Amino acid sequence: MMWLSWRQARAQTATLYAAVAACAAVLAVTGPRLPRSGAGIFDLLTPGDRRLYFTGLIVVAVAPALVGAFLGAPMVARELENGTHRLAWSQGVTRTRWLAVRLGLTALAAAAAVGVLTLAVTWWAAPLDGAASESRGSLPSRLTPVSFAMRGITPVAYTVFALVLGVAIGIVLRRSIAALALTLALFTFVQIAMPLWVRPHLIPPTTQVTTISEDTIDGIGYHDSDPVPTLEVRGPAGAWVLSDRTVDASGRAVPVPASFVDCDPGPPRPDQRVTEVRPRLETCLTQLSAAGYRQQLVYQPASRFWPLQWAETGVFLALSGLLAWFSFWRLRRV
Amino acid sequence: MTAVVSAQALGKRYRRRWALTDCTLEIPAGHVTGLVGPNGAGKTTLLNLAAGMLEPTTGTIEVCGGRPAAGPAQLAKVGYVAQDTPVYAGLSVQDHLTLGARLNPRWDAGLARARIAALGLDPAQKAGRLSGGQRAQLALTLGLAKRPELLILDEPVASLDPLARREFLQALMEAVAEDGFSVVLSSHLVADLERVCDHLLVLVDSRVRVAGDVEELLATHHRLTGPRRDPGSLPADQHVVSASSTDVQSTFVVRTDQPIHDPAWTVGRLTLEDVVLAYMSPGAAARPALEAVR
Repeated sequence: MMWLSWRQARAQTATLYAAVAACAAVLAVTGPRLPRSGAGIFDLLTPGDRRLYFTGLIVVAVAPALVGAFLGAPMVARELENGTHRLAWSQGVTRTRWLAVRLGLTALAAAAAVGVLTLAVTWWAAPLDGAASESRGSLPSRLTPVSFAMRGITPVAYTVFALVLGVAIGIVLRRSIAALALTLALFTFVQIAMPLWVRPHLIPPTTQVTTISEDTIDGIGYHDSDPVPTLEVRGPAGAWVLSDRTVDASGRAVPVPASFVDCDPGPPRPDQRVTEVRPRLETCLTQLSAAGYRQQLVYQPASRFWPLQWAETGVFLALSGLLAWFSFWRLRRV
Repeated sequence: MTAVVSAQALGKRYRRRWALTDCTLEIPAGHVTGLVGPNGAGKTTLLNLAAGMLEPTTGTIEVCGGRPAAGPAQLAKVGYVAQDTPVYAGLSVQDHLTLGARLNPRWDAGLARARIAALGLDPAQKAGRLSGGQRAQLALTLGLAKRPELLILDEPVASLDPLARREFLQALMEAVAEDGFSVVLSSHLVADLERVCDHLLVLVDSRVRVAGDVEELLATHHRLTGPRRDPGSLPADQHVVSASSTDVQSTFVVRTDQPIHDPAWTVGRLTLEDVVLAYMSPGAAARPALEAVR
């Protein structure tokens, strides 16, 4: 059975490993000449380095989806489509064992490939994650949704999940192209839903209430058509900020009073001396603070990167287990 | 009679449609049994249930004394050449033999190799590029080299040209003559079955219309032609299978193991196809199921 699994999957497996090897080679060549540490790394990066950084994120994000779509979805669906399941399942091996060996070996091979890929990209990008310069911009820290899912061990769990998802959908739909499309759609949905609704709550986030003053407020933001601005505080370094809201004395989230609009000096004009407007904003902020307004920051601190990685890996492996159980159950009723 | 396939009140439903309902039958061991019936009679469903490809919705089926596909031991006993003889298009002929060897405990590698050589197939050729006849032969080779107690073939020759059809059935007959395993073979072409089968089972609307040894079926069925008569007026030992009448003349197909002495009748011999068609005709469907031979 192992021979048949290997014989049927060797082309895809070879493609997968060739792609991983190519990515690893690019990273190995470009990695050593990156600035490894120190302040202001961002300023030392070339545009090419930044492009490669984001390409790395995309490759790791896409790899599990491709595994699910091209290794998972057709695994049973193609057999059902071509009728070859009647050949495979009439040999001296039960179809449960047939799927167990095929799924198990493919999961191992794909997880190892994506694991190596993630390891290489994580190593390459380690000094760059969260790199920032004073003025010109920054790269996302590894805890933010932009890069959390492409670092550490979660991509391996996503790969196993996508593979089993593809197999399960293939068994239900019995069409490999339809199964491939639905696998991609569902996997994408899960990857969007996870950081939006699930990951913030895997570990209860930290809440920090800050007094409003000129020292703590980092920015004043305007959103779309809303004339009243919002206040923003600076979060701890590397943290994943979930919400940054103004609360009143009773702790309810409220908008900043409309009168605050007059306090905002707006962008400084060339003919205006900055010191002239400062006292007005400072007075306003002090008045807000005196009226009981505070700034409430909800975030996951940078130290929770690994706990969150393990928690999310657990969630996806559990989902994979459920889907695998469903697949085996459903396979007996095909 | 030991039964190699035995079904009790067997039924299979696909979503809302019943493909097989309340089917009760026995297929004797040690025979080449032809399963014949019109399209939609439930032949393929029955064979899929026997091979363990499907699970029954209602009733039970026992094959070689066990539940189909219950485990590796049961799977080893039953060979199955499915409809359209599926093979892996991307795998070579040799790959298919390796597949059989790896997955079957009783695999006969010598037999498989000899058959492939006799067929003149190139072991390196991809199965997807074989002709329909060659593909069917490859599928048959997999079924035979597995050394099953029962080989199930579902319309194996339906898509083959007459020559390939003859070669396929010839190969099957030779293998049966050598090893004496049981075969159940479905087809809607009686001529194919006549060549290889010694036992026949006519399935119409999930019901066994008639079952029996081919020789006995031929010996006990007669066509009676004579002046117009009511079928009810025939002797009790002459069972009317089908009847058709014009204004002046009646034609009956009857089953009887007694000689027919009535001088009014012209007694004609029937071919197997005539017998089968008589049982498959709508008139015959109204009558209860028969078992001609026990």
